Amino acid sequence: MEQASPEHQGPEGFSQLYAEGQDSQEASRSVDQARALGSDPCQRQEPRSACRTYGGGQEHYQAHEDGHGPYQPHEPGYGLYQPGYSPYDDPIPDPEARMLAVQNAKAYLLTSSTTSGLNLYDHLANTLTKILDEQPTNVVDIIENISKDVKWAQFRKKMDTLRDEPAMPPTFESAERSKSLFLKSDEEGDEELDEKGETPLPNVMETAFYFEQAGIGLSKDEYYHIFLALKKLISAQPIQACRFWGKILGLEMNYIIAEVQFQEGVEEEETEEEEEEVPDEGEKGLGEVEDEDEEKEKEDEPPKSTYKPPPVIPKEDNGTGANKYIYFVCNEPGKAWVKLPPVTPAQIVCARKIKKFFTGRLDAPVVSFPPFPGNEANYLRAQIARISAGTHVCPIGFYQFGEEEDEDEEGGGGRDTCEENPDFQPLSVAEMVESLSTWVHYVPSILKQGRCVWINPSQKSEEEEEGEEEEEKDEEPDELQQEIGPPLLTPLSEDEGIQNVPAWTAQPSTNLIPQYAVAILQSNRWPGAYAFASGMKFNNIYFGWGHKYSPENHTPALPEPVQKEYPDGPEITEAADPTVEEELAFKATKEKARAKKRKTRKNE
Amino acid sequence: MEAEGLPGALELAAGGGGAGLSPEKRAALGASLALLKRDYRFEAVWFWGCVHGVRGTYYIAQGLGADRAAPRSRLYSLDCVEWSLLTPVAKEVGEQAERLKGRFQGDPSFQYEYAEVSAEDAERLLEDGVEPVIKEEDRLIATIDQIDRAVGIVPRGAFVKTPLGSVHENRNFEGLSLTEAKKLSSYFHFTEPSNLKNKTLLEKANWDPSTDFLDSLEHDIPPGSWTVQPEKGGAVVVLRSLLWPGLTFYHVPMTKQYGYIYFGTGEKNLDLPFML
Repeated sequence: MEQASPEHQGPEGFSQLYAEGQDSQEASRSVDQARALGSDPCQRQEPRSACRTYGGGQEHYQAHEDGHGPYQPHEPGYGLYQPGYSPYDDPIPDPEARMLAVQNAKAYLLTSSTTSGLNLYDHLANTLTKILDEQPTNVVDIIENISKDVKWAQFRKKMDTLRDEPAMPPTFESAERSKSLFLKSDEEGDEELDEKGETPLPNVMETAFYFEQAGIGLSKDEYYHIFLALKKLISAQPIQACRFWGKILGLEMNYIIAEVQFQEGVEEEETEEEEEEVPDEGEKGLGEVEDEDEEKEKEDEPPKSTYKPPPVIPKEDNGTGANKYIYFVCNEPGKAWVKLPPVTPAQIVCARKIKKFFTGRLDAPVVSFPPFPGNEANYLRAQIARISAGTHVCPIGFYQFGEEEDEDEEGGGGRDTCEENPDFQPLSVAEMVESLSTWVHYVPSILKQGRCVWINPSQKSEEEEEGEEEEEKDEEPDELQQEIGPPLLTPLSEDEGIQNVPAWTAQPSTNLIPQYAVAILQSNRWPGAYAFASGMKFNNIYFGWGHKYSPENHTPALPEPVQKEYPDGPEITEAADPTVEEELAFKATKEKARAKKRKTRKNE
Repeated sequence: MEAEGLPGALELAAGGGGAGLSPEKRAALGASLALLKRDYRFEAVWFWGCVHGVRGTYYIAQGLGADRAAPRSRLYSLDCVEWSLLTPVAKEVGEQAERLKGRFQGDPSFQYEYAEVSAEDAERLLEDGVEPVIKEEDRLIATIDQIDRAVGIVPRGAFVKTPLGSVHENRNFEGLSLTEAKKLSSYFHFTEPSNLKNKTLLEKANWDPSTDFLDSLEHDIPPGSWTVQPEKGGAVVVLRSLLWPGLTFYHVPMTKQYGYIYFGTGEKNLDLPFML
């Protein structure tokens, strides 16, 4: 590294002391030293000669005053050939006078600075000791910084306690949390294993290994922490099946998401809280008709509003459709897991229209237009539902429909349960990569309505529709699937692409070792969604910001058109009431006219 | 980021982004980047990142000379083994390439029609006798250049400018402290500064011209386009750009380790103002 040695110029060279690696304080310190060493040209004589033993340092004064020496300061040999100042010349031949001069010089060097209490002698000794101990390369280029460090080190001892405190706690806290994950809890044992001997805890490291073959995933450390955090979740909640869903990035913090299925019979107690949380925003939200109720109670009745908000589409029951799984999130492995509320169709519909980053705090409001009915926890849940519905895929044949299902019961395309196929024969990796029809969706897609199973909102009851009606009124499904209501287990080849980009990209994890390659799918609609399949194993995962891909810019919904005013007509046009004088005048003229008429009649 | 420290750096930077390199690619890079350094006589080789196309991925490396601020040579590879040099493109071509939308295809010889970008330009070029197409290679280098200029960042103090104008790594850089590392003003864009002179006198007074010769991140538009996250309680500070999603910068406070890497589709996030 090139660094020109800074010069201890005389005071006239102050501004030039801004050489690299120095800040202004250093510069002023070196100026102080320069001054201390004697700014007077005549005083320079003694120290210079006495300090000759320190090498060519002092010669710089002379050279720069001359300005045009044959040697540049950075060249070797500089200073050795200055006339009269080589180390071998001795301007003070007399030994006694020389001793005195040396003592004077040393005494001068030992004088303490009035501002900092250091003296140059000790400082130079410390600096040289440090240099000789560490022996860095090209030391002359960084001598000033070493000198600064030595000085700094002297001060640091006193301010140690003050400075270190604030920086440490976050690291320590996080380390504490991580450590708590590694502690074995007391209720260890077989309670995690159910009858089949399986544990609900997923083998996160195995999944991590397969995804890593494709270059997807987090660091191993983080995976292991997540693994342990999942274990903690399972021991805390009655969980039947659990899966690491993925990680969503946020502005301040990230979310780690686990997808779980509760054990049978665990009731949801949160339905009450749900409806209270949802705020009443906008006319098309979940607004209850508060206006009408209030106005009935008043005595004077202003005109009743005839507005009826569109009927609220009920959310799907827990355990079915978009609410099939429960999701737990935490910001970091080690922090507490928070359960996300079930998702409502209105939230999904609104989530499709907005595009916001997650902040990382679940209670943050989502400020958007159209106003999102919920806070960040609801938005997160809605995005998770959309991503799951759009990108959770499995190799064909892994799941199959149960035979005893009734076609008519839930309406066309409404089969939203499937079970594992015991006779699953995995296809080879080459086949999986070559054609997208070897993969199928195993999570039902979400219709435009916001539910997986269509419901007619004009019906007051919550019964399911019959098969025929559903076919008539089947709304356009959401953009992910084909036109006809997308049935479960649709192959991916039916997924529409965006412009000229197919919806999925399939690749083997490695071209060099095809025997052990893993088939990897990347979603182009939801960047960050990946799936792998290798033999009997497959899995899905999501790492990303939580947004759908759109090559066009996001255009927010336009505000509603301005409402029409009541038409202006004469019956509501205001007119000034006549004043008393005008009325009297009017009466007077009327009287006059009548009197005139009587007169004329009399005269006839 | 530095090729030599790549494996460790990937562990730090990959957390959260999700995208990373498979073991096969990592191993290949270790070997091929060293060979690149030898063949092209670079002083330093940085692995810049990957651009995911629809059908394939481009792996990008940068070679630097002694002056780190000089224009860099960029190379791309489809498999991390064979590298090809990318030739810088003319400014007009670069501007047109910036207006292209959509994913990269993953095929370097793919050609985009100008008509998609601007019909008038296409006609004008047809008259000149030049084919109105943009090759994917050109688009690639224009995008890389754009990303570097917009969001390539380094910590303050990591580079020094010599009086002769060349820029070198600062051997005395000990790392930012944790409090400094959380502030956006401690990071600089590693590109030609554009608004250095607009600072107030007060700010200029505290400057060290050897290290403060670049634009800091504080005044980026729109504000909030960077997320700063201390991970593991402050063991690593990770900055992610929201304008070019996929660019991750990491720094371990109080050490010399830092670097940035891009794993993404090569598309700017134009919806950023709506999303914040």
